[in-house]
Amino acid sequence: MQPGHGEVLLAEGDVSIPAEERELIEAFRAQLDAGMWAAVPLTADSGRRQAELVRSFDEVPRSAERVIFFPRAAGGR
Amino acid sequence: MLLALGATAIVILALLWEVVVPALERRLQRRRVHRRRIVATGYDPGRERRAEQRARALLKSCVNAEEWEMYRDLGFLRVWGASGEGPGGHSADGGVTGAPYAYLIYPHKPIVAFIPQTGALLSEYCIEFLDRSPDDGGRLPESDDVLAKWMALTGDERRMIDQANMHLPGRQVDPRQVRRDLWRLGRWERERMRRYGSHAGSVGSR
Repeated sequence: MQPGHGEVLLAEGDVSIPAEERELIEAFRAQLDAGMWAAVPLTADSGRRQAELVRSFDEVPRSAERVIFFPRAAGGR
Repeated sequence: MLLALGATAIVILALLWEVVVPALERRLQRRRVHRRRIVATGYDPGRERRAEQRARALLKSCVNAEEWEMYRDLGFLRVWGASGEGPGGHSADGGVTGAPYAYLIYPHKPIVAFIPQTGALLSEYCIEFLDRSPDDGGRLPESDDVLAKWMALTGDERRMIDQANMHLPGRQVDPRQVRRDLWRLGRWERERMRRYGSHAGSVGSR
């Protein structure tokens, strides 16, 4: 997510292909280094939609279709 | 006589000068300020609108059908508190549990915590998602702001609450508006249940 742009595709690839997985990891780290939070939208066993915040690429479920990066939350006024 | 009148006129003119000139300068200054061109650098209404359209599509793809319709129709999202099981939930011993609390997520407004059974407002959580990149640094599109709050709340409620500034209800969001929104939400849910039947209502409410 970017102000003024909305959703922007950063990278895409297949994690089962090592070269593409490396690219995804690099893109993931770059976003976290830039201060973004990463979330994976999931459907729980109960059918409830929820997000899982992940702090490293290893925490991303292998079956995840996408990771959404959004600016870090800060206390507002 | 003429000399005296001339001297008096000069004194009057000097006094008037002292009074009138600063007033004229202030007026000219105000006029200059009002006429100053405001250059809206980087703002493109078309781009903002497209960004909001993309944000709405992203939000729709992440939340469930009921939540999406709620946001589309009412302009806000309700998220159940993590320690609540929502209406119709069941505890481990088979008993029915209630929803102790829930949140209303508004775009670019504080998150409002409330008790669903009574409608009592608990608190406001002021939170912002500000981009630090030098070229933007602005606000997220409205639907992205709602989605970010939704992800933060459903992903790690405690962390988000810790980050937020908590205030008593009514600091930024008018409690009358919240109560009206809760009334609208109740009416909307009843209509939706009638439309989809009781089965869709009980399943879709989670």
